[in-house]
Amino acid sequence: MSARRFQDPDVTGTFVLSPDTEQQVAWWEAKYPRERRQSAVIPALWIAQKQNGGWLSEPAMRAVADRLGMPYIRVYEVATFYTMFNLAPVGTWHVQLCGTTPCALRGAEALKSTCEARIGPKGSVTSDGKLSWVEVECLGACVNAPMVQINDYYYEDLTPESLAGVLEDLAAGRAVKPGTYVVRQTSAPEGGATTLLDDALYDGSRAVPLTVIPGAPAPATAAAEPVATAPAAPEIQTKRSPEAPVDVVPPGDRPQGLASARAGQADDLKLIAGIGPKIEATLNSLGVFHFDQIAAWTRANVEWVDGYLSFKGRIDREDWIAQAKQLASPSSGKGARE
Amino acid sequence: MLLDKDRIFTNLYGRHDWRLEAARQRGAWNSTRELMQFGPEWICDQIKASGLRGRGGAGFPTGLKWTFMPKKVGDRPHYLVVNADESEPGTCKDRDIMRHDPHLLIEGCLIASYAMRAKACYVYIRGEYIHEREVLEAAIKEAYDAGLVGRNACGSGWDFDIYVHHGAGAYICGEETALLESLEGKKGQPRLKPPFPANAGLYGCPTTVNNVESIAVAPTILRRGAGWFAGFGRPNNTGTKVFCISGHVERPCNVEEEMSIPLKTLIEQHCGGVRGGWHNLKAVIPGGSSVPLIPKDVCDSVLMDFDALRDVKSGLGTAAVIVMDNSTDIVRAIARISYFYKHESCGQCTPCREGTGWMWRVLERMARGEADVAEIDLLLDVASQVEGHTICALGDAAAWPIQGLIRHFRHEIEERITNYRLGRPHVQGAAVAAE
Repeated sequence: MSARRFQDPDVTGTFVLSPDTEQQVAWWEAKYPRERRQSAVIPALWIAQKQNGGWLSEPAMRAVADRLGMPYIRVYEVATFYTMFNLAPVGTWHVQLCGTTPCALRGAEALKSTCEARIGPKGSVTSDGKLSWVEVECLGACVNAPMVQINDYYYEDLTPESLAGVLEDLAAGRAVKPGTYVVRQTSAPEGGATTLLDDALYDGSRAVPLTVIPGAPAPATAAAEPVATAPAAPEIQTKRSPEAPVDVVPPGDRPQGLASARAGQADDLKLIAGIGPKIEATLNSLGVFHFDQIAAWTRANVEWVDGYLSFKGRIDREDWIAQAKQLASPSSGKGARE
Repeated sequence: MLLDKDRIFTNLYGRHDWRLEAARQRGAWNSTRELMQFGPEWICDQIKASGLRGRGGAGFPTGLKWTFMPKKVGDRPHYLVVNADESEPGTCKDRDIMRHDPHLLIEGCLIASYAMRAKACYVYIRGEYIHEREVLEAAIKEAYDAGLVGRNACGSGWDFDIYVHHGAGAYICGEETALLESLEGKKGQPRLKPPFPANAGLYGCPTTVNNVESIAVAPTILRRGAGWFAGFGRPNNTGTKVFCISGHVERPCNVEEEMSIPLKTLIEQHCGGVRGGWHNLKAVIPGGSSVPLIPKDVCDSVLMDFDALRDVKSGLGTAAVIVMDNSTDIVRAIARISYFYKHESCGQCTPCREGTGWMWRVLERMARGEADVAEIDLLLDVASQVEGHTICALGDAAAWPIQGLIRHFRHEIEERITNYRLGRPHVQGAAVAAE
C-alpha cells in the first residue's frame, strides 16, 4: 500500500461531468444491479480522470460521488487506494515505466535513465506539460520486457534508443505506434513462432458440428432431458437422495436390521469417517444402530447399501467395515477416536 | 512435446483475426448448444474427469470448485466472476487469451455459468489492459448480436449475461475476495473466509471466481473429451498450459505446452535457450514472483507441474517462468520483488503491512552488503512470522521468494557482507536491524 494523499486539497472547486462522460458513466452503471450502482465507481473515476486531463482532482472525485450517490469518503478511499488514479497533474503523455523484476532483468534500469534524462526525476512533468513519467509495478507484459505504458497503450521490447525516439516523437506531436519495437508477432518468440504452424488449425475443419459429444451419457438419459424442453434444466433435475423412495431394487442383499437399538443405546455411527448425521439417520432407519452390525456386513450387504444410498463405492473407498470393526472391538473401544 | 493439433489457444499470438467469424473457423462456439444439453452436473463431471486444476496459481481442481455452488438457485442469484486481473510479475498469458482468442473465453463463461446455474458473469480485467478490454468488449458485442449470449444463449434455453468490469492497478485485486470487494466499488481489501464466495460472494450471493485460462479451456475440453485433456501431463497434473517465459532467455515468449514438460526442454525448445547457454543459468522462478526460486541444479531435471515443483519447495503458480543467468544480482532481483509486495500490500493486516516494508529494507541493505550475517536468520524468522498470519496469501507470497533466496543463495549474501566489510575495518554491523 503506497501511502497516497491528495496534493490538491481544493475543497471549493467544482467539476462538472461532461455530457460525454455522463453518457459513459451511465453505460457502466447499467452493467450492475440498480441498487449496486456503486460498483461503477472505478470505471467512473477513470472516465472522470480522462476528462480532467489525466489526473483526479478532489472536485472530480466529489462529482463522481454525487453522480453515484456515494459518500465522499468512500470515493476518496477508492481514489487513493488504486494507483491508476493520479492525484496530481501529469503530462499530456504520461509514461508508466514497469520496473518489476522481469522488466528489470531485461534493462528497465536503462530505460529509467532515459526518462530521467529526457523528462526529469521520477514523478516529474516537463515544463511544457507534454511528458511525465513514473515507475509502476508489473504491467503484465513480461515476455515483451522491458516495456512502458503511455496513456492507454503498451510500448514493448524497448531499448533506451527506441524509448528516447518515442518520447521525442510524442513531444513533437508525431504519432507513435503502440506494440512491440522489435520484429516479432506480439508474444511469439522473436524470429518466428515455434508453434501453431499447422495450417489444418485454420482451414475450417474444426468448425464442423460435432456428431458425437465425447463422454455423453447413455442415450436413454439424454433423451429424457432434451434441453429444448427444459430451459431451466438445473431446477428440474433431481438427484436421487438417500431419503427418496427407491423405485429400483438395488443389487445385493439388504442387511438384517434391528427394530431398535440394543438396550436403547445406539452407537455413535458418526465416528466412522464418511458417516455424517444424515447418513446415520438413514442407517438407523434401516435398522442399523451398532458398529458390530456394520462390521458384520457381507459383500452383498455392502452392495445393497451402496446402491440404496447411491454411493458409488464410497463404503469400500472409506472402508467403513474396517473402521467399524475397530470401533466395535472392546480394546480400541468407542473412545479411541474421542 | 505438444502437437499443434492439440493446442487449445490456436490464435495465441494474434496471427489471425480475433473476430467471431475467424474464431468460429478455428472451432470456437462449435456445437455449444449440444455441449449444454446434458445439464450442469454433466459439465461439472466432465471438467472433474479432465483433471483441470485452476490456472490462476493455487491449482485447485476447477470441476470440484464448480460443484461447491448451491445445487438450486434460491432467492439470491448465482454469479460467475472471471479473474482477469493478471498482475503476478512474470505472467502475461490471460492478456493473450483476451486480445487474441476472446471468443473462447466468452464461450467458456457461458458454459461455466450454466454449470453453476449463474445467469450473469462479470469479467474483472485489470485496469491497465485497455486494449484487451476494448477487444473483449467488442467480442462480447459480436456474441450478443449473434445470439450466442443473452436471452436463450445459443438456443440452449438458458438466459445469460456477460459484463466486463475493470480495476485500476491494484495487484491485491487478483485475490478473489479482494476482487469481489473491488467489483462492489470498494477498496480491494480481502475478506475473511469463511464465508467462502460459493456461499456469500459478490453482493452477498453465491459466486465462483475462476481464472481466465481455467474458463477459456472448458469448452474445448467438453468438445474433445475429458480423456483427451487428461491424456497430457502426469496424473493429477493434467492438461495443457500456457507458459510465459521471461528474463534471460534468448527469445522470451508465451507458449502453450503440455503440463509436466521438463523446464529445460521448455526453455530450449521455444525460447532459444538461456542467454549464453544452459551452463550460464543461475536460477529460475518457475511460477510467477510469489514462488521460491530454484537453482540451476534443480532446473536441470525438474518437470513443470504442480507436484514436481512442490517437491522441490517451489510451485507452478501461474507457470510464469522468470529465468536469471549468471550475470544476475540475485539479491537485488529478490529485493525488487520484495519492493513489489511492499507496494502492493493492501495495509489491512499488520504482519503484512509492516513486514513487507521491513523485509524489503533489510534486503536492500543486504544487496549492498551493508548488513550483519546474523540478520539473515532474523530475516528468515520475520518472513516465517509474516507467512500464514494474514487474511490473504499476499503475506505468504511476500515471504516465499525471500525464503527461497536464503535457502539456495545464503552463501552469496554472506559473501557480499564479507566483501563490504573488507574495505571498511571499522564497520561493526550492530544495531542495523532497527529498521
